[in-house]
Amino acid sequence: MPELSFKNFATDQEVRWCPGCGDYSILKAVQRSLAEAGAKPENTVFVSGIGCASRLPYYIESYGFHTIHGRAPAIATGVKLANPKLDVWVITGDGDGLSIGGNHLLHALRRNIDVNILLINNEIYGLTKGQYSPTSRVGTTSPSSPGGSVDSPIDPGRFAIGAGATFFGRAVDIDQKGLPGLLNEARGHEGTSFIEILQNCIVYNKDVFDDVANKKTAADHQIHVQHGEPLLFGKTNDKGLRLNPSTLALEAVMVGHDGVTTRDILVHDETNATFAHLLLSMEAPLPTAMGVIHRRRLESFDRAFWNSKTQKRRQKVVNLLHQGNLLDRRNGSE
Amino acid sequence: MPALLTDRPNVRQEFADKISHVVRFAGDSGDGIQLQGQQFTVASALAGHDLATLPDFPAEIRAPAGTRYGVSAFQIQFGGDRVTTPGDAPDVLIALNPAALVVNLANLVPGALIIVDESAFTAQRLKRASLDTNPLEDDTLEKFDVCPVDISHLTLEAAKPFGLGAKDAMRCKNFWALGLVLWMFDQPRDATAHWIQTKFANNEAVRNANLAALSAGHAYGETAEMGHILSQHPIPEAPLDAVEYRTITGAEAMALGLVAAGELADTELLFCSYPITPASSLLHHLTGLDDAGVATFQAEDEIASICAAIGASYAGKLGVTSSSGPGIALKTEALGLAVATELPLIVVNSQRAGPSTGMPTKTEQSDLYQAVYGRNADTPLPVLAAHSPADCFETAIEAVRIALRHMTPVILLTDGYIANASELWPIPNIDDFQVITNNKPTETSGDIWERDAETHARLWAAPGDKGFIHRIGGIEKDIVTGNISYDADNHQAMTNLRQAKVESVANFIPEQTIDQGTTAGLAVVAWGSTYGAVYQAVKECLQEGLAVAHIHLRYISPLPKNLHDLLTRYDKLLVPELNTGQLATLLRDKLLVDIQQLNKVSGQPLTVAEVKEAIARLANPRMQEVTNA
Repeated sequence: MPELSFKNFATDQEVRWCPGCGDYSILKAVQRSLAEAGAKPENTVFVSGIGCASRLPYYIESYGFHTIHGRAPAIATGVKLANPKLDVWVITGDGDGLSIGGNHLLHALRRNIDVNILLINNEIYGLTKGQYSPTSRVGTTSPSSPGGSVDSPIDPGRFAIGAGATFFGRAVDIDQKGLPGLLNEARGHEGTSFIEILQNCIVYNKDVFDDVANKKTAADHQIHVQHGEPLLFGKTNDKGLRLNPSTLALEAVMVGHDGVTTRDILVHDETNATFAHLLLSMEAPLPTAMGVIHRRRLESFDRAFWNSKTQKRRQKVVNLLHQGNLLDRRNGSE
Repeated sequence: MPALLTDRPNVRQEFADKISHVVRFAGDSGDGIQLQGQQFTVASALAGHDLATLPDFPAEIRAPAGTRYGVSAFQIQFGGDRVTTPGDAPDVLIALNPAALVVNLANLVPGALIIVDESAFTAQRLKRASLDTNPLEDDTLEKFDVCPVDISHLTLEAAKPFGLGAKDAMRCKNFWALGLVLWMFDQPRDATAHWIQTKFANNEAVRNANLAALSAGHAYGETAEMGHILSQHPIPEAPLDAVEYRTITGAEAMALGLVAAGELADTELLFCSYPITPASSLLHHLTGLDDAGVATFQAEDEIASICAAIGASYAGKLGVTSSSGPGIALKTEALGLAVATELPLIVVNSQRAGPSTGMPTKTEQSDLYQAVYGRNADTPLPVLAAHSPADCFETAIEAVRIALRHMTPVILLTDGYIANASELWPIPNIDDFQVITNNKPTETSGDIWERDAETHARLWAAPGDKGFIHRIGGIEKDIVTGNISYDADNHQAMTNLRQAKVESVANFIPEQTIDQGTTAGLAVVAWGSTYGAVYQAVKECLQEGLAVAHIHLRYISPLPKNLHDLLTRYDKLLVPELNTGQLATLLRDKLLVDIQQLNKVSGQPLTVAEVKEAIARLANPRMQEVTNA
């Protein structure tokens, strides 16, 4: 069978995002990762909610279900339970996934059903024209918060770890090198994989992630973690992270300065949820962690769900009809 | 002691001549009253009686002992004739405490036999029941025949040899009282004894104490020499035509109907729900049936449960969800999605008294508007209603048939009364039911939007089908390609199509028939759980010579095609409902007919007497013998 290229995962539908939207590069990365993984379009299902990001299924040549606001994880759960052989993806955004659909996201994560959830976070409501979202930083000015928003944002990563997620990864929308690989790691994980993609809404929240995503400064502002590897970053990998035992937080150090050696640098352990929490709690000027931040093994819900198969069904139904206390008027009572 | 009606022999004779009785068991919600009632039901069925039951319990799981609001009751009508309701008014009451006695007095027939646990009438427990004087000693019970028995003490005596503590021994008193009532109606004890042996197989002391209590109650009846009040009343067998029967509740029949429908449709079912009274029992009955083709998923909320069911239907299995009114309200947006995407889906609503939380354990028929109209936009879907516990079986099969034939969500209405009540059920032969066809593709590739000309159904292709890859969603779609469309004419065409699809259901369902009665005069047009009361009321009114008919609707939307012609043959129409007039409004709207209403919204089922009274007001004597049995 001929290998499919990423173009085979594109539909004939005209893509209707704003020119320059970060979703274009996310779409491309998704298509690329499906091709790289040798995915079969007929066995792949993309389920989405409502919002700009949720239009994505229309543009991927596979089965797709554009549902209602916030409910994609619940619908995807039904799809996966009905047919566990399917490769099921959820596309959601910060409003769809963490506001109206926060409950379903929480339960998908703690249940650990084998679906891949991509949360495209641009810290704003795009499709409804720019109101602040549950991930917007305090002080975000928007049509619904002209004086700046006052509510504290939720952090998707710490939300996921708190809910018991067995896979959490993070990437930037324009990272065509790292994102397809991360998507494939998620695809290969048994259980719920949850990926936060930092996305640039060029109309309503332009460059909100510039401090992290800007290619010029990315080396200093991002740290790409890998299980078993020391937590080094910077253009020449001369910076590292170590644990400050008095604050129980991570701190950045220069290797070779002040007596710091590579032995002082923490080695990433993706199986440790406390480690993930430390990485996700870093704030500027510390770098933002990217890659597979947390991954652990746990039997997936759909695998545990099916403990027996339909068999000898008609006889079973007949037996059920005759269950209980029968009055059989042929041979007297049972 | 109050005066005994036994001094008036005609009352006792009337009681003795009855071929059916209405017995009500009542006690604290921790006394095991429901179990007592269920065991009596089984015994009654095994004795060959027709029957109908009504559990009536508080929403509180264990309300404070002895209070009026903590009284749990179970009512059964059984006998040697056709029985369709649990009875308007009990002629036997078994009350295990003062509260259970006083809250049930108002409904008893005059001259009813009351068996009370005499030892429960202490000063403290009278106070718990808010009683200043002892009803066994004042004139409260003078209209009744009272049989005070020291049930608590006699239970302790019976349980004594098995070494239980007083508290555990007292828990056997429901079986003691059951033993006595079984003796009274000459019903078999074997099934109850068997139940006790199985239930307490691992606890010898409890097992033996309960068995001893059951026997002691029975023996008490035989030996107490209270023949002036307490005597044996054997009931003749009912004229039953089928061979095999069992007792069944509405929730059980609904579960079995769904299981059978899945088999008839050769489709596996994913039942997704969230616990809510009184719908949860359906979830309980469907668990553990994987090998019969049903899996159950308890979701995080009502919305997730319908969404998971829709996901299952999209993936090629039949999604089913279930709830009660408040939960259905939460599912509403997702129902719109199922209509827009044209997916099969079954939504069961076990209606309860509302609005809001209302009275969760009490019954009502007030979600008909919600089912037929309760969605945003023009979002039509078929609505069916079951009329009795046993009828849930067939109605569930019909609902699945419609959903799969037309590719549409279907709402199936039942209610708290039907779900919990039980009746005798002739066990059907599944081979007698027509196979359920679905719209799964028969070719290896094709266009899922090519529709069946008669059902308007699209193809039910699912992920995994290589030749049918497609995207669907809640955005309006092009009628031909299924792609997103904001085109004005297309939206009109799609709206018309959705309407035509639901209307086309009427071409496939049976024509409405007359359940019983005349073809002119007054027609009592009813739906849902009022069936039993209306049936019995019309039967008695026909015997009294009135021109009246009973027409009971299973198909609420769309209505059967002949309904207008059928109803306009009658001079008057009476619609009795447990709401303020929802079917009445629907019929006026759809058929332009004049309707008299009989409405009751008290949380309690309609009584035969209430229906008869309304019929008597409206019906005329029968001029000619035109009956339709």
